[in-house]
Amino acid sequence: MDKEQNSKNIIDEATEGEYKYGFVTNIDTHVIPKGLNEDVVRYISSIKGEPEWLLDFRLRAYRHWQKMEMPQWAHLDIPPIDFNDISYYAAPKQKEGPRSMDEVDPELRKTFDKLGISLEEQMRLSGVAVDAVMDSVSVKTTYKERLAELGVIFCSISEAVRDYPDLVKRYLGSVVPYTDNFYAALNSAVFSDGSFVYIPKGVRCPMELSTYFRINAADTGQFERTLIVADDDSYVSYLEGCTAPMRDENQLHAAIVEIVVEDRAMVKYSTVQNWYPGDKDGKGGIYNFVTKRGLCRGDFSKLSWTQVETGSAITWKYPSCVLAGDNSVGEFYSVALTNNYQQADTGTKMIHLGKNSRSTIVSKGISAGHSQNSYRGLVRVAPKATNCRNYTQCDSLLLSDTSGAHTFPYIDVRNDSSVVEHEATTSKINEEQIFYCNQRGISTEDAIGLIVNGYAKEVLTKLPMEFAVEAQKLLQVSLEGSIG
Amino acid sequence: MSALKQYTDLFSQYGERINAASSAALNALRPAALAALEGKELPRKGSEDYETTDLDAMYAPDYGLNIDRIDVAADIDEPFRCDVPNLSTSLYYIFNDSYHGSGFTSGQLPGGVIVDSLRNATGTAADIIRKHYGTVAPIGDPQVALNTLLAQDGILVYIPAGVAVEKPIQLVNLLRANSPVMTNRRALIIVEPGAQAKMLVCDHTQSDGIDFLNTQVVEVIVGKGATFDLYDLEEASERTRRVSSVWVRQAAESNVLINGITLTNGTTRNDYHIEIEGEHAETRLLGMAIGSNSQHIDNHTYIGHNVGYCHSNELFKYVLDDEATGAFTGKILVAPGSPRTEAYQSNRNICASNTAKMYTKPQLEIYTDDVKCGHGSTVGQLDQEAMFYMQTRGISCQEARTLLMQAFMSDVIDGVRLEALKGRLHHLVEKRFAGTLAQCGTCAAARTCHAKIKK
Repeated sequence: MDKEQNSKNIIDEATEGEYKYGFVTNIDTHVIPKGLNEDVVRYISSIKGEPEWLLDFRLRAYRHWQKMEMPQWAHLDIPPIDFNDISYYAAPKQKEGPRSMDEVDPELRKTFDKLGISLEEQMRLSGVAVDAVMDSVSVKTTYKERLAELGVIFCSISEAVRDYPDLVKRYLGSVVPYTDNFYAALNSAVFSDGSFVYIPKGVRCPMELSTYFRINAADTGQFERTLIVADDDSYVSYLEGCTAPMRDENQLHAAIVEIVVEDRAMVKYSTVQNWYPGDKDGKGGIYNFVTKRGLCRGDFSKLSWTQVETGSAITWKYPSCVLAGDNSVGEFYSVALTNNYQQADTGTKMIHLGKNSRSTIVSKGISAGHSQNSYRGLVRVAPKATNCRNYTQCDSLLLSDTSGAHTFPYIDVRNDSSVVEHEATTSKINEEQIFYCNQRGISTEDAIGLIVNGYAKEVLTKLPMEFAVEAQKLLQVSLEGSIG
Repeated sequence: MSALKQYTDLFSQYGERINAASSAALNALRPAALAALEGKELPRKGSEDYETTDLDAMYAPDYGLNIDRIDVAADIDEPFRCDVPNLSTSLYYIFNDSYHGSGFTSGQLPGGVIVDSLRNATGTAADIIRKHYGTVAPIGDPQVALNTLLAQDGILVYIPAGVAVEKPIQLVNLLRANSPVMTNRRALIIVEPGAQAKMLVCDHTQSDGIDFLNTQVVEVIVGKGATFDLYDLEEASERTRRVSSVWVRQAAESNVLINGITLTNGTTRNDYHIEIEGEHAETRLLGMAIGSNSQHIDNHTYIGHNVGYCHSNELFKYVLDDEATGAFTGKILVAPGSPRTEAYQSNRNICASNTAKMYTKPQLEIYTDDVKCGHGSTVGQLDQEAMFYMQTRGISCQEARTLLMQAFMSDVIDGVRLEALKGRLHHLVEKRFAGTLAQCGTCAAARTCHAKIKK
């Protein structure tokens, strides 16, 4: 009984832990009034000085979006969202972009310091180029020159539209068309900013490219758009990390990530998502409705998604691979952790169109508190995609009797030479393992940390070094002692 | 006009005649069924859980219905061209959707056991029907509602508490007509606490060139500590469409085995819904489908663990050849507060041709932590190394293929808890793979037995 009580206390301590990234930066922010109509779309386009074709694209998307309804199929309980109660553009008021670190708003730099990603530190120690996006507009881009020598383009979408319109025009919406889904249409209409990456033929990007998204202004939607193009024989590893300040009202985030991988190229996309999940009563938190998709267009191309999802009140996210090239490879490694009243419906799609294409899915779900955590995945093998191979493993770990873990795999095979395997297990955290650790003087709290980290290790090892450490810390912070 | 509307219109027009040729218990639910169908549509291809099957299209053609219960001239002897050795059963028939019973076996049932028509039952049987009919299958399901609206007859099987029925009860459903026909069959099976029974249901089409739409709703109530096996075998023609749903309610400590076997068919949609409502119950749900030509086999399963300390195990296997389509959608739901639940689900499939399609969606929904649940699904081919090995030992390619496919199916057959049927199924599957399965399998013993009794 004492032991049970003790475990309970530990859960309480762990689950009541304050969200450590919850602070608000007081930067003068430029916010447009709430509401969405064609004028807002035109306004966003005009203040960004966009060309006619892009405005057209936005307007077509907006008109299409008006005809669509919010999808209800996910295993999520989404409160009604009033899309007219959101401001669709927020930009820090700065007339010109900073040329060096000194020009960056000190408040902003402090924010990064609190996040533990001080630009100087990043630049000096890890050699990571950071394109920090704060509420929609890029304020700082580092290592640009070094990358430029190699012909690598790493800039904000707005800059790319201005400087490389042909590239953007060619690829924007080619993987995720604005007709794709409700949130993709919304994003296409009002996307504010994001990153653009182009790796030329034969170039191996010498450093890991990184972006930190941070939702800062109150009641502003964040509509990021990322476009990554890896030309023939190139390689890039891209890191995305997210944090949002603590706010009571739910904030909407509907991003799009599009990736095009050409012949023999490889893209590795890693995410650590740690947005504000709401408090322990489920109040507040981010709604994260993201469309991420990569097109492995070239033969022998490879796309690898790795994600650690610990934040957001509601997550609706399916990073997918369209394996169109012969011998192309898709990978998806995910750890999704939900606590308190968080809800996550996340997974992937592997669409095999090319011959001999291969895909691997490893998904680890961890549910604690009153949360609901679902894996939803699709593996489709087209009739002409012969000799394909898929292996899917999704495990769920349950840490409380009030949480839920669900698995919804969809498998559709249309030829006789492909092999698709799906395997899933759901179980409680092993009490014998905890007992074993206790016997050896390891506290229950530490034991759970060990077990969960061991459980998620298969995915964590796929993360680049910088992220692996943060992800491990995140898991520990969110889970220590969470046994029900 | 949606497919459903033609049936609701038909009922509005001929409702009185339908009622006149049925029983009060069945008629009592028709208004509710009609109300439930108001404004509804049948699921179309692509909707959730109907990814490959278009129910609307299956119901759309203009079928004839025998609403006046005109006697169908069926030949009992004719279907039984094969037999199940050593499988002596208590045999009953349903021709199209009219119960015909079988006078010569009813006397062999233990005291208190009732097997009767849902339409013509009187006395105790009628009371049982009135009490239980429509209590397990939810009227909110359009398929159930439509069956409830139109079904006029079916079978009641009642096993009183504590009675063990040694001999399996066999129900043979025969489809025979000269023009396209829709049949709506209903079965109500009640196994009272502590009782034991095994039931074998076979579907056969006697008129190969005719289109049939064969719908059935089976309601099964299994009492505390009771054991019940249901083997549901389909050997229908390519022009038969079957929409079947089996609804089971299991009490504590009960043990249920359901095995759905599709050997030959046209288009089939089978739903198996099992609600476990008492602790320490055990459920085994097995299924097997062999598809060739343009056969379409869609199995949908649901096992609801509503209480703790129960065990369920589910295994479905498919072998698909030619242009056959297979679909499996299954869900296991573990409700909050159901500790110590163990639930496993497995779906294994072989696509033997380049044009065969398999769609599978095994799902787990778990709302409590003290569980052991798992599911697995594979789609693949025969092991080429095993094929090669056998061929190096002088076994022909075709034979090696057949052997491997049989071996693949063997664990579903091994789950059968009826030795004679198990042997028979091995034989039937072997014949099916060898392409020589001309007619029905299991009923033959029945025919021999029938012939003997006649003499």
